[in-house]
Amino acid sequence: MSTTMASTFLRSIQKHPLMLYPTALFIRKNGVLYCTMKNTEVQTATQEKQKPRIKVPPRTQTITTNNVSKDYEAVIGIETHVQLNTLTKAFCSCPYNYGSPPNTSVCPICMGLPGALPVLNSKVIEYAVKLGLALNCKLSSNSKFDRKQYFYPDLPKGYQISQFDVPIATGGYLDLDLPVEFGGGHRKFGITRVHMEEDAGKLLHSESGSYSQVDLNRAGVPLLEIVSEPDMRTGIEAAEYAAELQRLVRYLGVSNGNMQEGSLRCDVNVSIRPIGQSQFGTKVEIKNLNSFSSVSRAIDFEISRQVQLHSQGQGDQIIQETRLWEEGAQKTVTMRKKEGLADYRYFPEPDLPGVILTKEYVDAIRDSLPEAPEMKRRRYEKMGLSMQDVLFLANDINVAQFFDATIAKGADVKLATNWIMSDIAAYMKNEKLTINEIKLVPQELAELIASIKGGTISGKIGKEILFELLAKGGTVKGLIKEKDLVQIVDPVEIGKMVDKVLTENPQQLEQYRGGKTKLQGYFAGQVMKVSKGKANPGLLNKILLEKLNAKS
Amino acid sequence: MLSTLQSPRSLSRFSSRYTLCTLTAQSPPSTSPPPPPPHSQILSIRHSLLSRRLSAAQLAESYLTRLRLTEPHLKCFLHVSEDAVLEQAHRLDQMIASSEEIGPLAGVLVAVKDNICTADMPSTGGSRVLEGYLPPFDATAVRRIKDLGGIVVGKTNLDEFGMGSTTEASAFQVTANPWDISRVPGGSSGGSAAAVSARQCVVSLGSDTGGSVRQPASFCGVVGLKPTYGRVSRYGLMAYASSLDVIGCFGSSVADTGILLHAISGHDRLDATSSNREVPDFASRFDSIDLLESKPLKGLRVGLIRETLDDGVDNGVVSVIRGAASHLEELGCSVTEISLPSFSLGLPAYYILASSESSSNLSRYDGVRYGDQVVAAELNSLYGDSRAKGFGPEVKRRILTGTYALSAGYYDAYYKRAQQVRTMIRKSFKAALDENDILISPAAPSAAYKIGEKKDDPLAMYAGDIMTVNVNLAGLPALVLPCGFVEGGAAGLPVGLQMIGAGFDEENLLKVGHIFEQTLENCRFVPPLIEHDDTPW
Repeated sequence: MSTTMASTFLRSIQKHPLMLYPTALFIRKNGVLYCTMKNTEVQTATQEKQKPRIKVPPRTQTITTNNVSKDYEAVIGIETHVQLNTLTKAFCSCPYNYGSPPNTSVCPICMGLPGALPVLNSKVIEYAVKLGLALNCKLSSNSKFDRKQYFYPDLPKGYQISQFDVPIATGGYLDLDLPVEFGGGHRKFGITRVHMEEDAGKLLHSESGSYSQVDLNRAGVPLLEIVSEPDMRTGIEAAEYAAELQRLVRYLGVSNGNMQEGSLRCDVNVSIRPIGQSQFGTKVEIKNLNSFSSVSRAIDFEISRQVQLHSQGQGDQIIQETRLWEEGAQKTVTMRKKEGLADYRYFPEPDLPGVILTKEYVDAIRDSLPEAPEMKRRRYEKMGLSMQDVLFLANDINVAQFFDATIAKGADVKLATNWIMSDIAAYMKNEKLTINEIKLVPQELAELIASIKGGTISGKIGKEILFELLAKGGTVKGLIKEKDLVQIVDPVEIGKMVDKVLTENPQQLEQYRGGKTKLQGYFAGQVMKVSKGKANPGLLNKILLEKLNAKS
Repeated sequence: MLSTLQSPRSLSRFSSRYTLCTLTAQSPPSTSPPPPPPHSQILSIRHSLLSRRLSAAQLAESYLTRLRLTEPHLKCFLHVSEDAVLEQAHRLDQMIASSEEIGPLAGVLVAVKDNICTADMPSTGGSRVLEGYLPPFDATAVRRIKDLGGIVVGKTNLDEFGMGSTTEASAFQVTANPWDISRVPGGSSGGSAAAVSARQCVVSLGSDTGGSVRQPASFCGVVGLKPTYGRVSRYGLMAYASSLDVIGCFGSSVADTGILLHAISGHDRLDATSSNREVPDFASRFDSIDLLESKPLKGLRVGLIRETLDDGVDNGVVSVIRGAASHLEELGCSVTEISLPSFSLGLPAYYILASSESSSNLSRYDGVRYGDQVVAAELNSLYGDSRAKGFGPEVKRRILTGTYALSAGYYDAYYKRAQQVRTMIRKSFKAALDENDILISPAAPSAAYKIGEKKDDPLAMYAGDIMTVNVNLAGLPALVLPCGFVEGGAAGLPVGLQMIGAGFDEENLLKVGHIFEQTLENCRFVPPLIEHDDTPW
């Protein structure tokens, strides 16, 4: 009972903003719907929905630092952990499903029992190669696994199987386009390395704090760690880098990239230096970033903090440490200070043979790669779409594929874009559906666009049909026939309808002819009603006008 | 059927062997009866069962009786499952009675070193940390033995996690050598070696990281085989040094050892380092060897490793090994002394690498999941205190050594350099084995020494591993078989000959070993402890 209530309550909150704001409000001047699609998990760094209770840092603070921040430059690098969506874990045959009851997806291997041995899941290599190629990296034909050793209760073996000095991929880059509202622009950020490793378990702390429990479901789940070059300069750039990485792993199908579930985790390193200085400042690591907006806001906060300290001559108070982003307080706080570098005593993992990539293997994977988001965006751009349209369409691979399929069926590019970005997107948002879940197929969207363009149906009827197709499926032709919706373009037939309306409204006709020409709209509406909305509006108005103005 | 083991004839030789421990290739043709048939306990048991001369229960009972009598003196076992053994024997008898097919190891009592996981018996690795630990799975080797009808009799004592050369580093008990109970059985698989030596079981499993099968085989006068790295799955073997660890076999004859090896060999999808190579039928080739041929090993090139007979090796051992070399020559081999210049580097390299890997492998025993969790104010103390309480001194010594060797700033000087030495050793073995079919050496620089003698001198104990560690570093197979005696104890102490073969050439080692064993005269390797055993077998 209480559960039902709770879920109803939650759902009503989620629906609430939509009821308040009809789709029209999302449509900007250019007619483009620019909304978040939270339910479909499609989001970019800047499209992310802000939690209402959280206030953006007070403006005053930004302003004070802005004066001095002109003299400083921030240097930002990101380490991203991407959880791979392989059917089984990296080194054993346990499945992994987020949210399973604790310790229900474990075996001697991922529990690190004495005598158990890891055997590599070949999908991990495949996914690593996919991402490495998509990030334009150089692949190591001979890499290996190493043990990273440290003690923690969520690490059952006392070491993590990772890659140390020979990662599977190195030296790549990631292209992205900044959102238009942040000034737009293309960026290319360097990728230092991509390596494979296993995830650790999770600690569940008791409420009293007197004990903790260990859940090993996540232990041994494969991860790719992607280390960027320190190429980013602002919070927005960093957040967009993370968003592009999420887009990429979703395009490649190697991860669901879900930040809330921890399938994509970002740790950022931030330092500042006076402009013109080539040496890096002391870097601070920030953890606990659960959304793109927190990446962006945490970095901006940290930059302000460091700039403020530095400009006040307290630069020595910026120390190498790990800080935690506190979402509630909107600030970073010290988590642990690093006393020198942690010594993980890496050495080659003797239980696993080396990873050898043959040219044939890599080529086969390269040939199977989908079109990357960057390639899609450049292609859409060449099709003449605005950057806003491009970013929207390429954001979600499923939307992009739907669009591509619609175009492939001969639909007009701009019209298809508008339909997808306005009514279809709004419908998906309202119904909490992904584009793969709606009943409309690209073939029929193309047919619909063609039918309107060819004059078979009116735009208004088109919209009606669209919602029918979205909800129930079927074909445009079928619906037109079934509902008898073919546009009436016969002047004689429309003329008869006009005559009928004029005859039935002698009073209004008299008023019109007496000079109250505003009544034309009324007559047009009446005729349209008689035609059940099927009359071609242009023709209707032309004939109506002729007849209204004809001297009888 | 077991009478072949201790026929009055062999006992009479037994008593005279101390003075007569010279080796002759062929028995004198006139007075003595022809040599006994290849005495494999496993083949005899099979024959007895199939001919219904003895029941599995009778056989099992005869071993268990001996076990009960000798165990108080020897302390080979940490756990014995008498009831389960008898139950399985009865079930086997029912199968035989209803003419069901029985496996090649049916009725064979196998002892398993306690660092090898068994689902139905505690597996402690000889450590306090795992006291009472019951694994949820069988090691692959154990599962294969069970699948072939073998009966696991119990779990044998060892140096904690295989770290030691005497079995004195067990957290639970000290095992005695059946040849002289004041002496160590060797280690770390001392329990498995002594149990076979005292015929408490037919064969046993051990593990060999730096000589832990071969040295105790030598000390206890039994056959011990360290397979090629990758030949036998390590799944279920508690890791000590993963790149060196192998599961090995003990038997009272080469044939039994080979049969057991065949049972446990082959690729295992649960061990990524196990080899895909085909497993030859090590077991069934023994019958076809013509022992009456005058030079059965004609043309075999044998290299005697000069560095293994240097200073520091017991004179008695050197002369026994030289005698064994002569015996091989008489069998038709050409024996030449060869040099392995990197040989002496093996010991330090081994202790660096093995300790490094062990420091990592033993991290999991952190008090969170195993052993006594010491209540502590904070996490690091919980780890430190629990581990301090759970591990013995030898294990701590190696964890510290390994942690140090892997630390930033020391890695290049120790771990990396040791790996370079390992590559050198591998190459020098490769070169030597290109010129020779097998290499021979002692299995240990001395025969079994007294309990406590080296307990406080770890370096002296480590030095005793000089003969064996190189073979692990190179990943090669090696067979140790008793070849003579030196003075000591009441009836002399056995000395083992180590034969090293090319990678995955266990077949050749077993063939040479079998011929060597079957043509060895005047020596019967049954310890005096059971010489007067009057159990009805």
